[in-house]
Amino acid sequence: MLFVLCAHFIVAIIAPILFARWGRAAFYVLAAVPAASFVWLLVQYQNVYSDTAPSPTVDIPWIPVLDLNLTFRMDQLSWLMSLLVLGVGALVLAYCARYFKTDDAGLGGFGAQLLAFAGVMFGLVTADNLILLFVFWELTTVLSYLLIGYARTRIAARRAALQALIVTTFGGLAMLVGLIMVGESAGTYSISAVLAKAPELLSMDGTAQVLLDIGIALILVGAVTKSALLPFHFWLPGAMAAPTPVSAYLHAAAMVKAGIYLIARLAPGFAQTEYWQAMIVVLGLGTMLLGGWRALRQYDLKLILAYGTVSQLGFLTLVVGLGGQEAAMAGMAMVLAHGLFKAALFLVVGIIDHQSGTRDIRELSGVFKSAPMLGVVALIGVASMAGLPPLAGFIAKEGIFQAFIASANHGPAGPVIGWTVLVGIVLGSVLTFAYSARFMWGGFAPKAKGMATVFKPVSWLFLAAPALLSLLTVAYGFFPQLVESWVKPYSDQFPAYDPHGMHLLLWHGFTPALGLSALVVTAGTALFLLRNKVEAFQGRIPATVDFERGYRQSIVVLDRVAIWVTGRTQRGSLFFYLAVILSTSIASVLAVLFLTDQHWSHDLYFVDPGSPFQLIAGAVIVIGAIAAARASKRFMAVLMVSVTGYGIALIFALQGAPDLALTQMLVETIILVAFVLAMRSLPASLLERTAGSHKAARLIIGIAFGATMVVVAIVAMGSRIHVPVSLDMPIMAYEGGGGLNVVNVTLVDIRAWDTFGEISVLAIAATGVASLIFVRGRGQRLPRAETVATGSVGKLQAASFEPTVQIAKRFAAAPGNPWLVAGRTLAPERRSIIIEVVARLVFHSIIVISIYLLLAGHNATGGGFAGGLVAGLALTIRYLAGGRFELAEATRISAGTLLGLGLTIAALTGLAPLFLGGDVFQSAIIAFELPIFGHVKFVTSTLFDIGVYLVVVGLVVDVLRSLGSEIDKHEEDGMDGVALIQDDEPLEVAK
Amino acid sequence: MSINLTLLLVMGVLYAVGLYLLLERSLTRVLLGLMLLANATNILLLATGGYAGLAPIFNKDIPSSAYNDPLPQAFILTSIVISFAVTAFMLSLIYRSWLLSRADHIQVDQEDIRVAMQDLYDDEEDSEIAIEVSDFHENNQPLGKRETIPGIVPKRVIDAKAVATSKKDVHPESPVLKTPEVQSPTGEKE
Repeated sequence: MLFVLCAHFIVAIIAPILFARWGRAAFYVLAAVPAASFVWLLVQYQNVYSDTAPSPTVDIPWIPVLDLNLTFRMDQLSWLMSLLVLGVGALVLAYCARYFKTDDAGLGGFGAQLLAFAGVMFGLVTADNLILLFVFWELTTVLSYLLIGYARTRIAARRAALQALIVTTFGGLAMLVGLIMVGESAGTYSISAVLAKAPELLSMDGTAQVLLDIGIALILVGAVTKSALLPFHFWLPGAMAAPTPVSAYLHAAAMVKAGIYLIARLAPGFAQTEYWQAMIVVLGLGTMLLGGWRALRQYDLKLILAYGTVSQLGFLTLVVGLGGQEAAMAGMAMVLAHGLFKAALFLVVGIIDHQSGTRDIRELSGVFKSAPMLGVVALIGVASMAGLPPLAGFIAKEGIFQAFIASANHGPAGPVIGWTVLVGIVLGSVLTFAYSARFMWGGFAPKAKGMATVFKPVSWLFLAAPALLSLLTVAYGFFPQLVESWVKPYSDQFPAYDPHGMHLLLWHGFTPALGLSALVVTAGTALFLLRNKVEAFQGRIPATVDFERGYRQSIVVLDRVAIWVTGRTQRGSLFFYLAVILSTSIASVLAVLFLTDQHWSHDLYFVDPGSPFQLIAGAVIVIGAIAAARASKRFMAVLMVSVTGYGIALIFALQGAPDLALTQMLVETIILVAFVLAMRSLPASLLERTAGSHKAARLIIGIAFGATMVVVAIVAMGSRIHVPVSLDMPIMAYEGGGGLNVVNVTLVDIRAWDTFGEISVLAIAATGVASLIFVRGRGQRLPRAETVATGSVGKLQAASFEPTVQIAKRFAAAPGNPWLVAGRTLAPERRSIIIEVVARLVFHSIIVISIYLLLAGHNATGGGFAGGLVAGLALTIRYLAGGRFELAEATRISAGTLLGLGLTIAALTGLAPLFLGGDVFQSAIIAFELPIFGHVKFVTSTLFDIGVYLVVVGLVVDVLRSLGSEIDKHEEDGMDGVALIQDDEPLEVAK
Repeated sequence: MSINLTLLLVMGVLYAVGLYLLLERSLTRVLLGLMLLANATNILLLATGGYAGLAPIFNKDIPSSAYNDPLPQAFILTSIVISFAVTAFMLSLIYRSWLLSRADHIQVDQEDIRVAMQDLYDDEEDSEIAIEVSDFHENNQPLGKRETIPGIVPKRVIDAKAVATSKKDVHPESPVLKTPEVQSPTGEKE
């Protein structure tokens, strides 16, 4: 079974290649898959119908915890359905090879979907797990969406595809809920186990029973939508926008039968649940009559068949769903018969359409004369549909009449329901006969004199598939015993009502059933002959309830609500979004805090005995923050935020966190530089604030959030009942990590994964900075300083004769080693001799310090972050003193290389222990003697820290090159559109 | 545990000012607000470490509890450096926004407004189409008109005075920021 399934999917996947090579002939290759599977199925007959052996089953655990297994079980019902699915599938695929043209767009995808659909249907009818069944169920929905919408350029096809998708998915969701309710009630998701448990489940009482009833009803909703019963039937005629082979397969033989299959599957166990009978009788009977009635008024051959199918699906639901041995046998016989004749008729319509270019019965005339073989094939199908002997349809219909006469007399539902149903079925059959006649007449009869549709000759290959189906219809009629032997094991699960027993036979003698058949033929013929009057009558009756209209109305309401809600919530204003989010978070947190029982700590203090100066630092921070909020000049605001940053560095230092204090100071400084560099082109003053109520709202939200956070912090910290986990960290750091600096060991060893994630973020942010400024590339290839003329960079327009400029000019022209490599490139008025000299003097010392911080960090304050930031600061000084060519000289390695190298080293440090038998990021301590240094203890996590160091340096270099060098260049090129000399350009001084 | 109110109050002020700035329209103020929020969070983390203590440089003679808690410190260190990277990224964003549109403030998302003002009528769903009677005709003969449904004739949900909301104007690929002109420094009301 699994092999059959996989074969379908694998060939479907390679189908586009086959089509590219062979064109439409590839359909024959595709058809071979279900055809071979069909042969395999016939071979399986012995196993499936064996009295002794259990049904063949494949069981592969998938998610055992959820009781979700790939269980497939081939019992007699599955075997019967598979016959239809695989047999008709193979014929339809073969038919496609003549229906389509090789140059039709998207044929490969179409073939793949159709074949995959056959596989999915096979999976659906063999699945023995409720959830697995649902998976296949929804896969058929998705594939049917794609297949109906094959003609992507046609709006009708797209619309019909979406409509079918929405309706069947709606039912599918209801069904999923039902499946879960039933699965949970039964305690198992295996379908066979659930059915075996059915008597036990039905005898439950109270809520459990109600849950089961509702669950089964919800599953029926899924079946009802899939099989296009009232009130969802409208999607099936709509889906006729699909190519005709798709309609033949999906909408006659296979997919719409999925609902019938599900009802047939559940009927032996659950036909006695609360809502079953009512739903089946009302919806089945209603659909049968409505479909037949509507079919009488259609002019499109395909729509006659579509409404006919709707009618027949209601009929099948009724027969299969009502239980009883006779009904089950006749019902399954009808499922087979219907699959045969309806698929054949759809294929015939496809041929008519293909050869004449229309399906409109008002345009078709004299087709029988042009294509007599086609006519005969159609006639067999139509006669079977109408229930005429000696064909399959007659056998099944006779059986159904007999079954319902029996159940009306002896059935548990009582005579009233029994006779009503019987009368309804007879009425439906009369309608069926009438629209069958209309189909035959409309498609083939000569209409007016001299009017003959142009009809190209039909090739044998094209006709083969419907002809074979019609042949089977005839064979079925003559060998009904064979079908009976296939159906009997299934129908034997039901109680029998007919005291004489029942058999599928061509000739029962003069029975009441035969009388009903005669009645149907007579009344049906009359209805057909009076067709003009019937049409006129139908036209006069206003459609009181139009379900498609109802569906479209509800979609309109949905649209309207969606647009209304979107209009009220998506305002396009960040302020609005943030205000809503923040207010919600404040309100919900406060509600939880005050409505639930919280432990309010009273152990509060203002002055920490270990760091009383904290109060002063805190006051500075508060003043800085408030000044930042009130500042109207851009750089004033930036400076004030920096004040809070430095204040926090002070608090870190006082609190006993020198690593933090150092890092915070360095970061604050570099950020300040970055701000100045990035914002030099922007106007000095900040925008006027948004005034009025917004300001009040901002104040209220800000203060409320700040207060909420204070309360949250107090409650959270007050709730602590255990000693901190970090109490063990110092000793762990020393013994496991081989370092004295606990914070650093935490970063590079204990929580190395965190740090690895962090440096990845740094690399991404650095790349983001570079790409936002450079847009293309990272600016790797800056020209060397020697290619640039002296005093050419950053020239101001007006020549200046200030004395300092004259000194700078002489300084540049003086012989001897320059202080900076590229200092001379700057225009004289840009240079500051003091800064150049200082930069020259301190640069190397700072780099040495940064390396010291990196290597010593394991045991003392420092580490990769601090070291990298210090190195970055050294480069910043070089840049500020000597301009962008100085920076280029100082960093011949590109920032990208630095980042990549750093990440690689860090990753390798993490991976290497794996190959040495350790865990990821496990560190080792290597102790050895060196001549001068004496005893040296090297911890491998230092390598990781080197990676961190390189990434941080790379980040700073990217920031300098982007926000510094590149914006310099923009300014010189006039790209930023701002005049070079600006009154409010504060950086002129610094540079 | 004992709770340091000084730190918490400083944190509260930073959160309040940070959000006050975050809700502004100026991108620079928004960025400054974010930085204050990061600082506030760092103080919150620090406060969870309890009383001030010794720097967590291991010495086997000192009991564990004498150190300031190293775990929050490690978190804060990570947070500081990440904030730096984010700040640099935001600075580039601001500069780019300035370069492209001469604006450094948050604009109202025109696309959102278009979505809110769109027609209920949709060609794909609601247009009248001819009934097709063949798979093989490019131009199908209409067999009869489909009946219209009263609810779906073109109808505006919102009376759009200023914004043109004809279906043609809304392209899915149109960029969010479509107005490169210099905005007046006073900024328009939201």
